[in-house]
Amino acid sequence: MPVQIDIEHVARLARLDLTDEEKRRLAAQLGAILEHAAKVGEVATADVPPTASAIPRANVLRPDEPRPSLSADEALANAPATADERFLVPRIVEIE
Amino acid sequence: MSELCDLTATELAERLRAGEVSSAEIVESCLRRADAVDDRVEAFLTRTQDVARQQAVVADERIAAGDAPAVTGIPIALKDVLTTRGIRTTCGSRILESYVPPYDSTAWARLRASDAVLLGKTNCDEFAMGSSNENSAFGPVHNPWDLDTVPGGSSGGSAAAVAAGEAVWALGTDTGGSVRQPASLCGVVGLKPTYGLISRYGLIAFASSLDTVGTFTRSVRDAATLLSTLGGRDPMDATSLDEEPRDHTAALTGDVAGLRVGVVREAFGEGVQPGVRASVQAAIDRLADLGASVGEASLPHTDYALSAYYLIAPSEASSNLARYDGVRYGLRVEGGDSVEMMSRTRGAGFGPEVKRRIMLGTYSLSAGYYEAYYGQAQKVRTLIIRDYERAFTDFDVLVSPTSPTTAFRIGERADDPLAMYLSDVFTIPANLSGMPAISIPSGLDEAGLPVGVQLTAPILGEAILLRAADALERAIGFDAVPRLVRDLGGS
Repeated sequence: MPVQIDIEHVARLARLDLTDEEKRRLAAQLGAILEHAAKVGEVATADVPPTASAIPRANVLRPDEPRPSLSADEALANAPATADERFLVPRIVEIE
Repeated sequence: MSELCDLTATELAERLRAGEVSSAEIVESCLRRADAVDDRVEAFLTRTQDVARQQAVVADERIAAGDAPAVTGIPIALKDVLTTRGIRTTCGSRILESYVPPYDSTAWARLRASDAVLLGKTNCDEFAMGSSNENSAFGPVHNPWDLDTVPGGSSGGSAAAVAAGEAVWALGTDTGGSVRQPASLCGVVGLKPTYGLISRYGLIAFASSLDTVGTFTRSVRDAATLLSTLGGRDPMDATSLDEEPRDHTAALTGDVAGLRVGVVREAFGEGVQPGVRASVQAAIDRLADLGASVGEASLPHTDYALSAYYLIAPSEASSNLARYDGVRYGLRVEGGDSVEMMSRTRGAGFGPEVKRRIMLGTYSLSAGYYEAYYGQAQKVRTLIIRDYERAFTDFDVLVSPTSPTTAFRIGERADDPLAMYLSDVFTIPANLSGMPAISIPSGLDEAGLPVGVQLTAPILGEAILLRAADALERAIGFDAVPRLVRDLGGS
C-alpha cells in the first residue's frame, strides 16, 4: 500500500514552497517510493546495530593554529544582500 | 583518427616528457574537439579556455625544467560540484547559478599544485541527484555513442567529455554510482575509491556519509595516476582517512594468477539486459583465462540496499541542503519574513528531483517516522557491510555488471523515479559499505552501446582492485570509438 503523507506538514518542516500541482505529484511519488523503501523493516531486526558511517572516525582534530582565512569581502561576495559587512536578512525580531 | 585529445594521459605524459608534444598543443586539441561537438553533447556548463591556455604555458615550463609530476600539463574537466576558486560552480542548480566559490576543493587544489590544466566545469544532475543527467537545471547531456540516449548520471558531463575527447580525463563524484554508472554508459573507466581516501573538502555536499570523489579516464593506469595525485589525508576533511599519498600505478603488474574472483549471484537476475549479461560473462571468462580462480559469491541483502539508500541519502541531503536559505550565497526570493523568504527561495531554486529528495529525507527524519525509516535503513547498512565482509573472506574481488542496462533514451524514465533509481542497484552497495569499486568497458551490446563490468574490493583494497581491473582491461582490449567521434573523420 502506498504510504499516505501529510505533504503540507513535511513541506513546512523543509521550508519548501510547493505549488498545488507539485504537492499532488509528490504525494503520489513519495507514497510509492516509501512503500518500496519500507522493505528495510523486513530485515532490520532489533539485534542489528545501526551504521551511520562505513568507516567511522572520532575526535579528528587538527592543530589549533592561527592562519589566514577568508576576508569579510570574500565571505560576503556571494550574498544576495549585505550591509555594513554583514548578511542582510528580513527582520526577525520586532522592535518596540 | 587519434587526435591528441583521444589519447590516454599516460601516453600524453610520455610524449610530453620526450619533448614530442607540448601541453599547449594538447589543450588546443581538446578545445577544438569541444568546439566541434559540445553543442551536441552539452558536457560543459562552463568552459575555461583562457585559464587552460595560461596554465598550459606554465605546465610546459615546468616540464622543460624536468621536475613535473605525471599529471602536469594534462587537461582535465571537473564536475560542477567541486569548487574552483574564482570560477562559477553551480551544482547544476538554479539556486547556485551565479555562485563563485572563494576557495578551491582539495581535489582541484592538488591537481593545480601539480600544474594540471582546467578545461572547465561539467554538467551534472542537480546536486548530483540522478542517474541520467536529465535533472540538470541547464539541460541534459547527450551520450556520444548515441545522442538520443542519456550519458548516465549524475556525473554525465564528465563521462561524456572523456568519451568524446573533449577532455583527456575528468573528475566526478559518486554517492550511489554517479561515477561508475555514467562511465559504464559512456564506455570509459570510472573509479570510486574507498570512502575518505580522497578529501571531500570543496565537494558541495549531497550525502556526506556516501559522497566520494572519483575519476573518469581512458585506462585503468590513468585512473591509478590520478588517484596517486588526489589520494591521502587532508586536515580540511574530518572524514579523510589517515593514508599517506602513494603511487597507485605500482600495483599494475598485469598478474592476476590465483586471484580469487567472486561473481555476485544477485547481480545477474531479472532486469539485467541480455547484452549486458553476455558481455560481463565474457569478461569473467577472460579473468579465468588469465589464471584467476572464479567462484560464485553472494550478497544476500542486495535487494534491500536500494531501499536503504533511498532513505539514507535523501535524509542526509535534506539536512545538507538546508544551507540554501537565501542568506549567504545563491538565489534569494524576497518574502514578508525570513521563513517566507527561505521557503520561496527554495521553492523557486530547486528542481523536481531535489525537491523530491528533500521531502523524502525530511519525512524520513521527522518525529514519529525516524525509527521506521532512517533508523531501519541504518541497520540494513550494517547488514550490507556484513555481506561484503563474509564474501571477502572467500574472494579478493567481486564482479558484477555496473548497471543492469546500457544507455537508455532521453525521457524514457523521466516520469518514473523508481525505474530510474534501479539504474544504481549494483553500484549503491559499495557506497553504503565504503568499499572501492571500478567500472571498465567490457564491450558493446547489440545496439552498439557500451557495457561496463564492475569490480569491487575491500576497504583500502585499491592495489588489488586496480591490478585486477588493469589486467582485465588489457585482456578485453576495448578499442571501440563513439559514433560522434568516428563521424568527425580526420578532423
